[in-house]
Amino acid sequence: MANSKTDPSSSASPRLDKSTVAKVAELSRLKLSDAELESIAQQLSMVLANFEQLAQVNTQGVEPMVTPTDLTLRLREDRVERREPAEAFLENAPDRSGNLFKVPPVVG
Amino acid sequence: MSSETRFGAYEPVIGIEIHVQLQTRSKMFCTDSTAFASGDNECVCEVCTGMPGALPTVNRTAIEYAVKTGLALGCSIREKSVFSRKQYFYPDLPKGYQISQFDLPLCENGRVEFVYNGSKKSIEIIRAHVEEDAGKSTHQGDCSLINLNRASVPLLEIVSGPDLRGPEEAAEYARTVHKMVQYLEVCDGNLEEGSFRCDCNVSVRKRGETKLNTRVEIKNINSFRFVEKAIEYEILRQIDAMESGEKIRQETRLYDPDKNRTFAMRSKEEAHDYRYFPDPDLLPLVLTKAEIESMRAKLPEMPLARAARFQSEYKLPEYDSQVLTAEKDLADYFEKVVSASGNAKAASNWVMTELLRELNDSKKTVSQSPIPAERLGQMIALIDKGTISGKIAKTVFAEMWTSGKAPEVIVQEKGLVQITDTSAIEKSIDEVLAANPKELADYRGGKEKLFGFFVGQVMKATKGQASPDMVNQMLKAKLKG
Repeated sequence: MANSKTDPSSSASPRLDKSTVAKVAELSRLKLSDAELESIAQQLSMVLANFEQLAQVNTQGVEPMVTPTDLTLRLREDRVERREPAEAFLENAPDRSGNLFKVPPVVG
Repeated sequence: MSSETRFGAYEPVIGIEIHVQLQTRSKMFCTDSTAFASGDNECVCEVCTGMPGALPTVNRTAIEYAVKTGLALGCSIREKSVFSRKQYFYPDLPKGYQISQFDLPLCENGRVEFVYNGSKKSIEIIRAHVEEDAGKSTHQGDCSLINLNRASVPLLEIVSGPDLRGPEEAAEYARTVHKMVQYLEVCDGNLEEGSFRCDCNVSVRKRGETKLNTRVEIKNINSFRFVEKAIEYEILRQIDAMESGEKIRQETRLYDPDKNRTFAMRSKEEAHDYRYFPDPDLLPLVLTKAEIESMRAKLPEMPLARAARFQSEYKLPEYDSQVLTAEKDLADYFEKVVSASGNAKAASNWVMTELLRELNDSKKTVSQSPIPAERLGQMIALIDKGTISGKIAKTVFAEMWTSGKAPEVIVQEKGLVQITDTSAIEKSIDEVLAANPKELADYRGGKEKLFGFFVGQVMKATKGQASPDMVNQMLKAKLKG
């Protein structure tokens, strides 16, 4: 980030507490130890602090940017192209049943 | 009973989210086939299996279908729309997010009109956005099995306003949209295979209140009848809960048609944080005004307009017009019968009674009818020319249904040509009168009800081929003596 004078680590108390980090971890299916939650909460708070700086810029009247270029989407014609058989993808899978991917139960 | 009175002091508030599967050949964001009934995982690639580094590309036809549908729904089409990532973690979506649209959807602010219970309803369409489907999971207790053939098949999600006020009205709205997408030929409309899915948001409030109460979403409904029944059940459940002072929880419930009740899905309140953000893999979708207008120009006649035209052009009653325009294929079939026969009234009678009955009995769709529309039209023309009687036509119809032969061929082969030869009919009448002297005497003695008996005997003697009008006239004269 531009301003090297502001050291985010020395700035205010963590903006993200452990329980918020735990919730985000849960949503991302990440299993983190208590110590990890602690350190990640600190690190993420620093990241946030950096973004806080950006938030100080006056963006009134500026259209939110979706992409930094002026390019727009090119559309593809509706044609089927088949490259690989199912096997090519199944062989990467940790587990399978016939030609289906087998995963831990998702409905209790 | 209308929902006005049925729910007493309570007013149901219903909105429906419809997922329409756009019938493209290839998927939304990759080039695999959408024929997901193929072998397990035979329609997958590095994009829809979420391989690192694989990049999505956007299907032009899917966008065209979405725009056409949006226009037919009266929406404004956003010239610059954006794809966003909707994050959730589930194995049927291996990327860890669904590509959808969030704050800048393709279609917005539309309106759908339909006639329900004789009055015109107008339902707001909040938005319609393009997204990809997920794969199919089969849960087996100790594991779940995943087929990704369906992953990234294009969907258009159509979100109605909370404008619906009863189960029947809600089902009629869904039927209306269903008709529209079939007329537009953007969706095959198969509910059982999930090409057209209705998620219903239901809440209940005291009549007269204007605020919206906590709503419950009902998923897993695969017929319009079940849309109605599921909503009905859910309204009554919520009224009961409110009466007994319970709080309605915002949750997703599934409808079980066998038990006719809804039940709560495993709570996923934690998962409702989708953390949308613009997908950096996809540039904004830009459409020019000219492109949008050229799609508008290509829109076919919609069901409501077609029904109105049937009423004015063919002089059909409102009910008949609605039945005949319920499906595009049926309306097309009917119009072909009209043009081959030149008789709209007869065409509508034959299609609505004989044809629809046979199709229902044999569980066929109109496009599977063994009788092509042109042939039904030709048959009607044979009646109008007097070649066959309306009664014989039923025999011809049945024969066309089983043998698929042309009506003229059947009439020739079976010798079904109507007898309009005066002397032949006269001969039959004479024979019948001679064979039934008692009835003849009774008739002449004043039992005029016996007229029908004589008609029946003459028709029987001529194997039903005598012209009924001629038999009537000549018999009357003969009976007078």
